[in-house]
Amino acid sequence: MGFLDSLLGRTKPVQPKLDDLFALPNAAITLEAGAGFKPTGSGSVCFRPVEGRSFTDVENDVRDLLNSSSSAEGGLPVEVSKDDYGFTWLVSSRMSDDLGSLVTDLHAVNSSLVDNGFGPQLLCTMVAFRDDQERRLALVYLYKRGTFYPFAPLTGERRDNALELQAKGTIGDDLKFEPDLARWFPIWGAPGL
Amino acid sequence: MARTRYAPDRGLTARMTVTMFLLGLVFVAFIALIIGIGAATHGSTDIIAFFCVILGGGMLIGSLFYSDKIALASAKAQLVEPTDGPEAARLHAVVDRICALADMPKPRVAIAPADMPNAFATGRNKDNAVVCATTGLLRRLENDELEGVLAHEMSHVAHKDVQVMTIASFLAIVAGLMVRMAFYSELFGGGRRNNNNQNAALMMFAIMAVSVVVYAVSFLLIRLLSRYRELAADRSGALLTGQPSALKSALVKVSGDMARIPTRDLRAAEPLNAFYFAPAMALNSAGASLSKLFSTHPSLERRLEELDKVQRQLSQR
Repeated sequence: MGFLDSLLGRTKPVQPKLDDLFALPNAAITLEAGAGFKPTGSGSVCFRPVEGRSFTDVENDVRDLLNSSSSAEGGLPVEVSKDDYGFTWLVSSRMSDDLGSLVTDLHAVNSSLVDNGFGPQLLCTMVAFRDDQERRLALVYLYKRGTFYPFAPLTGERRDNALELQAKGTIGDDLKFEPDLARWFPIWGAPGL
Repeated sequence: MARTRYAPDRGLTARMTVTMFLLGLVFVAFIALIIGIGAATHGSTDIIAFFCVILGGGMLIGSLFYSDKIALASAKAQLVEPTDGPEAARLHAVVDRICALADMPKPRVAIAPADMPNAFATGRNKDNAVVCATTGLLRRLENDELEGVLAHEMSHVAHKDVQVMTIASFLAIVAGLMVRMAFYSELFGGGRRNNNNQNAALMMFAIMAVSVVVYAVSFLLIRLLSRYRELAADRSGALLTGQPSALKSALVKVSGDMARIPTRDLRAAEPLNAFYFAPAMALNSAGASLSKLFSTHPSLERRLEELDKVQRQLSQR
């Protein structure tokens, strides 16, 4: 935001960065080879709904679009849930080896919102992983930054920071990680995790 | 190119620009008048003016740098971590999400132990910002209302309102100093200047009169600017969350409770008014029009009206 914008109290909404999301399938291979974490096949898009009819229409269109593409391939329908903070999560579940089409699904949600002028409402996207010991790990993509961060929940709202940092180290340069650790915010109870 | 639903409010921008221009104009006129008085009475007013500007500037920089500490201390607020309890975790979670939506660095988060439902943001820039909510606010508001209030506060941070308002109050600080300087030099300096005593007394009286007028005018302009910036923050906050109605309901809740708060608490919170989400002073109906002129925040009706505009803008097809 420029000097004039802040002087005049105008905030320009931040448009999401979408392209970096496609680095995910590659990074998943590295993560599986290096740390034994496999994608569970579920991923979700989280956004802040806007009040009013026009956003509801867009939201319904997106859901129909995802449902038709997943039922054509024999997948599960899309789940919609609301979290405690008023954010909507669209959860798409694919077969675990098909991270590519999962990312395509997620991208479809993003571009529908952006095309209808609701791009600034996108918060994050999350893809879930699990290892043989059933430890949970998520890679979270921050739309406004175009960066990823790992999130490993333990029971009772605690995070496994060691595992998160290990995942970051394993994936290394395959993903653009968020350098500011203060932005690695916890997403407790994220649907699909 | 995707279309945008977030057009700026031109009317508000224009009114804000005019107010800031007038403040600048009054400042220039003030300095010119002081120097003019000096020239007319053959006195050395430039020295006094220079001294006041330097002293005022020092106070300004000081208050800018310590704005976060001063505000936190006078609200008796404590910085909290997400692990400090359920309320702290909730506040952090809401702030986290707002920052991720707005692509802002996360500010420090504080909670003030007061039953008065309120919130403020302070700090000289984005990297030193602090957002503080009172326990009364956390208890009364639902998550989406809390989000609306905090998005309003984060908009103040994004708009650099602490800097803008501190610099805007520079004029009032200098004018206030001039009044005092003129008064004291009249009091103590008057006896020693025997040769042109008459002249000096006249000069000091003129300075005092001009300074008082400038102080009054700049005070009104600063309050006007503050009200515009509140409206701008409301607007940006509502656009950011996409939920103007949640902010409206928070405003109604908070303002309704505000009137019922005992007076002792109100007085204690008064110096912080300009930073707060809603002013702590209750408006009584008799002095409503006058207090409107002096108040740091727009009336509830005005704020709701502006948020209605945002709501219509967001639901456009």
